[in-house]
Amino acid sequence: MATATLHANDTHAHGHDHEHEHHEPGFIRKYIFSEDHKTIAKQYLITGIIWAFFGGALSIIFRLQLGFPNMNLDWLKPVLGEWIVEGKLEKEFYLALVTMHGTIMVFFVLTAGLSGTFSNFLIPLQIGARDMASGFLNMLSYWFFFLSSVIMFASLFIETGPASGGWVIYPPLSALPQAMPGSGLGMTMWLTSMTFFIVSQLLGGVNYITTVINLRTRGMSFTKMPLTIWAFFFTAVLGLLSFPVLLSAALLLIFDRSFGTSFYLSEIYIGGEALPNVGGSAILYQHLFWFLGHPEVYIVLLPALGITSEVIATNARKPIFGYRAMIGSMMGITVLAFIVWAHHMFVTGMNPFLGSVFMFLTLIIAVPSAVKAFNYITTLWKGNIIFTPGMLFSIGLVSLFISGGVTGIILGNSALDINLHDTYFVVAHFHLVMGAASFFGLLAGVYHWFPKLFGRMMNNTLGYVHFWLTFAGVYCVFFPMHYIGIAGFPRRYYSFTALANNAQDTFADLNAFISIAAILTFAAQAIFAFNFFYSIFKGKKATQNPWNSNTLEWTTPINVGHGNWEGEIPAVYRWPYDYSKPGSASDFIPQNVPFSATPESNFPEENEEIAKEKEIEGLLAVQNDVYNH
Amino acid sequence: MTYLIGLLSVVFLGLAIMIVSKSIALSKGIQGADDSDARVDGANNGNAFGFLVFLVLGSIAAAWSFLHSQPDFLPVAGSEHGLKTDQMFWISMGVVTAAFFLTNTLLFVFAFLYRYKKNNVATFYPVNHKLEIIWTIIPAIVMAVLVFTGWRIWRDITKQAPDNAVVIEVTGHQFGWYVRYAGNDDNKLGNQNYKLIDDTNQIGIDFTDESSFDDFTANELHLPKGVPVLLKIKAQDVLHSVYLPYQRVKMDAVPGMPTKFWFVANKSTDEMRAELGKSDFNYKLNCTEICGRGHFGMAITVFVDEPEDYKAWVAQQKPFLTQNPDYLAKVPEKLKGKAQKYAPAEAPAAESDSTQAAAGAAPATASLRRR
Repeated sequence: MATATLHANDTHAHGHDHEHEHHEPGFIRKYIFSEDHKTIAKQYLITGIIWAFFGGALSIIFRLQLGFPNMNLDWLKPVLGEWIVEGKLEKEFYLALVTMHGTIMVFFVLTAGLSGTFSNFLIPLQIGARDMASGFLNMLSYWFFFLSSVIMFASLFIETGPASGGWVIYPPLSALPQAMPGSGLGMTMWLTSMTFFIVSQLLGGVNYITTVINLRTRGMSFTKMPLTIWAFFFTAVLGLLSFPVLLSAALLLIFDRSFGTSFYLSEIYIGGEALPNVGGSAILYQHLFWFLGHPEVYIVLLPALGITSEVIATNARKPIFGYRAMIGSMMGITVLAFIVWAHHMFVTGMNPFLGSVFMFLTLIIAVPSAVKAFNYITTLWKGNIIFTPGMLFSIGLVSLFISGGVTGIILGNSALDINLHDTYFVVAHFHLVMGAASFFGLLAGVYHWFPKLFGRMMNNTLGYVHFWLTFAGVYCVFFPMHYIGIAGFPRRYYSFTALANNAQDTFADLNAFISIAAILTFAAQAIFAFNFFYSIFKGKKATQNPWNSNTLEWTTPINVGHGNWEGEIPAVYRWPYDYSKPGSASDFIPQNVPFSATPESNFPEENEEIAKEKEIEGLLAVQNDVYNH
Repeated sequence: MTYLIGLLSVVFLGLAIMIVSKSIALSKGIQGADDSDARVDGANNGNAFGFLVFLVLGSIAAAWSFLHSQPDFLPVAGSEHGLKTDQMFWISMGVVTAAFFLTNTLLFVFAFLYRYKKNNVATFYPVNHKLEIIWTIIPAIVMAVLVFTGWRIWRDITKQAPDNAVVIEVTGHQFGWYVRYAGNDDNKLGNQNYKLIDDTNQIGIDFTDESSFDDFTANELHLPKGVPVLLKIKAQDVLHSVYLPYQRVKMDAVPGMPTKFWFVANKSTDEMRAELGKSDFNYKLNCTEICGRGHFGMAITVFVDEPEDYKAWVAQQKPFLTQNPDYLAKVPEKLKGKAQKYAPAEAPAAESDSTQAAAGAAPATASLRRR
């Protein structure tokens, strides 16, 4: 951390020099190798959206196989070529699709696309900083992500196919090229790509944490920070502590694959040959993987919850209910996220006693999650709700978070997990609670902050249509999957022909229904894509504070320039949720309005805060000094 | 049965169309009358109403689709522990379904009730510690009860197998399962080593261990009803996972790390056939850990037999050594005497057996017999 801060300071000096030269950066420095957090956020967002369409398209292809197992897929030959054999999807390619869908969605869309976009964009704007602590590391973070994306994307086109062992790439399957073609070059590329991805995440995470701790504007104490920032902060902490473990898991796997070590391999007979490796443990990999893998769930979810908190409070015109409880539950989730990983491994042969321990810990984490859901609902109570598209997606998120979350109580119970593990029940559970919910958070964020991102508004009507189609669609896709899971259908099955009792026939209709719903939901995203790209150029011009929101980003100019605020950075005097405050004429009081200016609406304890305003203003010189030293 | 697809698609599309038309109609109606607040467009009421419609239609669809799918769920568990986990599952399901409907109803109803109304001011209601404590404690208690009950079941399932358990070894490989039984004499599985695997001895049975002599293999799994069975689970190449859906049994097979699962199957194949009304029904052992292209088809047939039928079946099985007498050569000198018991009684019969089992090993057989 010390080193990071040091670097951060260096770049300040660096950035400052530039400011003094007073010349606009050229095209390349402004749009491509930009160090401006807003440009980097847009780069993350657009890369994330492109990835999301790829990831979605892959899922549509395998849904065709699952929903319509007899369909002739020759028409996909122009795209998939040799992966279509006699009108059918190649079996290994099916697994490759599943694997790449998971990898892309979890890492490239919901980790990089979500927290990369909004942490970068909102942290400086909402805490009142001119930029990230280190613009250079921030730029590096994006370009490592870009490099990682290029490698992952390229792996889709190689002859042996991309990685195909599931997004968790459990060895030995992923370690042995003779086990499946995808474990050859495709897996090498997967590991290389993920290594760069992790580097990118670490650079980003260091930056987010440093910025939140060091660059808050005067008066922005931790207890006055918007919940978005709290969420991004916890997310960065989670990522910084858990991604290195994935890196080590990946490195050991690279060693096993390329240098003949036996970290994960032991007593293997494959392809008519007994391998010399002994003493390794396949379970070790699973422990290392899920030590990241579980926090990863919260890495994708917490930013979405943070965004939702902000959007719901703004559009309900009410303070978020239980601000401190929200922070507390996020803190609880962050800590507990590190000690629940083995609930993914109840039936892997892990010691059953360990299973008991992890079952207890897992169900504890349900409590802060429940508190969050209740707090959102109470925030709506007696509100004056304006249904902007962002608000619709936020409410949708809460619903999906609940619907997917409750089944976690069942899956976290090791005795019940025996039958449900690796069935469609799990698929339904995590797609709702983590996939769809986080996706809704991403969309809510895009709709809500689009005016700040691009200075223009997105079309609301298209937003509403997009929401209702997506919301209904997501439920139609994932709700029925619970039934298929209860019926004992394992996941990652190309077809269900080998199940007892001709089970493949019993749910043929339901599988077809899910596939149709998935296709329609995916198609509905075109409405969003059109709205998004059209509005960047042709959208209605935004006003400075279109949602009448309290947070600092809305005090910046409509088209935010380099350095974010033209004059001094505003000071912060109050928490961000003074909506519909009794006594106030306006139904919102931004954070930068001092209590001395609102005597009519101050609570007694807030009148005492007035005395501290001088102190806050006195920090201006210190703050400027940070940027000018 | 395609009406299922049709109906739900209609629900899905109808909802969307209704909302769109409603919001357009409202926006037309309101634009003329009142545009005093630019923040709120005419679709606000439509969207609020949409949540209510979604709640009602969604609840109907959820209830109907559940009832419709229920007959196709796994039938009542065919194992003792499965009955307990099933009961626990449906109790938990009841609890979470109640929570699901309660919270979603509040969410959508609040969204509808507290939609924007002109001149309305939201209630400044930032915190209520009492309320927060209540809704922290209630889930905590519910969770604690569920966890504790679940833990007791888990503890019973994972405790040591009883001594009288029938030990069966199941070995996963790409893409199938080898099954080995402890045999008719010593009731003990012999050692096994992956380096001894060849085309015939596919499990790598170690014939320097005398317990191996009477072991026999099969390509189907027979389980005695009402008797504890201990599955010793192994994998040869990559991870696999033993899944007996009807017995609610699942345990990964890990190369280099034997795992186990013990249970009591309490419903024979015949009983399940009668229950389902399908005379051709068979239990299956499936794989639930991704293992490659054949993952989805990696299954063997499982028979749960009445104990006496099981005994009769076991008695009929010939030890691996009897079927493949050439492996007698692998038996160390001092155990040859004991192993001889399992040598095929009549040479011609043995020859036909061994050629069937492993044509490639025929010359070795010949040389063995000459000695």
